[in-house]
Amino acid sequence: MNLIDVIGPIMIGPSSSHTAGAVRLGLLATAILGETPKKAQIFLHGSFAETYKGHGTDMALLAGLMGWLTDDVRIPNAPEIAAETGMEFSFEPIDLGEMTHPNTVYFKIEAADGKKCEIIGSSIGGGQVQITQIDGFPVEITGRLPALLVPHKDVPGVIALVSSKLAAAGINIASMRVFRTDKGGTAFMVIECDQNIQGVLLNEIEALEPVITVKFIASVL
Amino acid sequence: MKKEKLSLEKWIKDADARNITLAEFCLEESAKELNTANIAVMAKMKEVLEVMHASIETGLSGVKSHSGLTGGDSKILAEYKGNALLGKICYDAMTYAIAVGEANASMGRIVAAPTAGASGVLPGVLFALKKHHEFSDIDLESGLVVAGSIGKVIGNRASLAGATGGCQAECGSAAAMAAGAVVSMMGGTNKQVGTAVAIVFKNILGLVCDPVAGLVEVPCIKRNGSCAVQALVAAQMALAGVESFIPADEAIDAMKRVGDQLPCALRETAGGGMATSPTALEWAEKYFGK
Repeated sequence: MNLIDVIGPIMIGPSSSHTAGAVRLGLLATAILGETPKKAQIFLHGSFAETYKGHGTDMALLAGLMGWLTDDVRIPNAPEIAAETGMEFSFEPIDLGEMTHPNTVYFKIEAADGKKCEIIGSSIGGGQVQITQIDGFPVEITGRLPALLVPHKDVPGVIALVSSKLAAAGINIASMRVFRTDKGGTAFMVIECDQNIQGVLLNEIEALEPVITVKFIASVL
Repeated sequence: MKKEKLSLEKWIKDADARNITLAEFCLEESAKELNTANIAVMAKMKEVLEVMHASIETGLSGVKSHSGLTGGDSKILAEYKGNALLGKICYDAMTYAIAVGEANASMGRIVAAPTAGASGVLPGVLFALKKHHEFSDIDLESGLVVAGSIGKVIGNRASLAGATGGCQAECGSAAAMAAGAVVSMMGGTNKQVGTAVAIVFKNILGLVCDPVAGLVEVPCIKRNGSCAVQALVAAQMALAGVESFIPADEAIDAMKRVGDQLPCALRETAGGGMATSPTALEWAEKYFGK
């Protein structure tokens, strides 16, 4: 925690976890989908389900999906603006089980071209967030640093291929984790970096044989 | 290798050894940590200060909360010309702190310092002091650096979240940060900054987090007002030369122990305290339409 974490963020109230954190979860969901969704089914778990109305959590989630930041004064009008831009959205309670963090959201989102994504994330306090699942894959994305999300075939040598591309471009890796469900199937690489990553480099990584696709997720803190 | 905990005592000792103020020391440390220049840190604090000031104005204009439960109290306080019980600084600090709490609940723009729920204390105290002591913006920015640095130590040794440590960790920490900032701005010694922090925790220990309906409104908004005054009480004692038998770091550690001992019902879950009083439960049931 640094000075800016303590004296900040500048945000729209009332709650760092239920409002600012919700904006950031929306931002991450849109980054993972790759664009602002056209359709969003949003399921709320635990305290999110119980108190979202009083905290404007619904507004904050939509604001994030539209790419707005935590201090955007339009947040209280997010539902109207989302509807005007033609986004279809709904909010429903869901029970994700005792073990799930009380401030958790489950997005089922769809882009204009029909591309779909299911994302689960939690607001874990003080505006800090964590994406815990993408399309059924367990992951861990915090949005603290710029990150790369790289779904790839689970074969030997992929990590070396990707990291050498980053090294050649002078990108420093702050953390790197690989998640998979089945051996030899699809795996997810989450790489947090100290620098932003340009489109050319993303294309180069995407062109690597075992890599399925690459998504850049900007820092949301 | 175990990472050593941050220590306010150590920073005070280091600053004294170099014969610089704690404000200068904290600014240097923050710039180093953020990998930037002192002037960039101050520029960030200036931006924060402007939002804090605007949030006071928002609240004083008379706003209603998003849920409709609270609002308008800071306007009542600002317009009241009746019996004066508090001195001007305390009165204004209380009023401004409540104003920011109300701005926050109305979905206005605020600075979480350290959290949204406790966002009124620091601006309340700083802008009351500015009004009555003619401090410059730079004085206030440097106060913010001290406050934030104290917050870092509290966050590291204990917690700044109501869900972890109760309200003592949110409004209590905000008061400790504000008290340290005041002593520093008023020209107190480095040691007196630590003393003010310790005194705040002595006076605020055990404060529970019991938000009605789980919303950041009742009792949070009024607690911002009372904790702003607590900050001034502690700063006044420290400036006068009163010492604290318990050093600052140990006072922070005591706050952590009490937080750990608080039952879950009293840590932001609306499971106890004011939140389970009949009036609160009745309102929550009606509002959430259960």
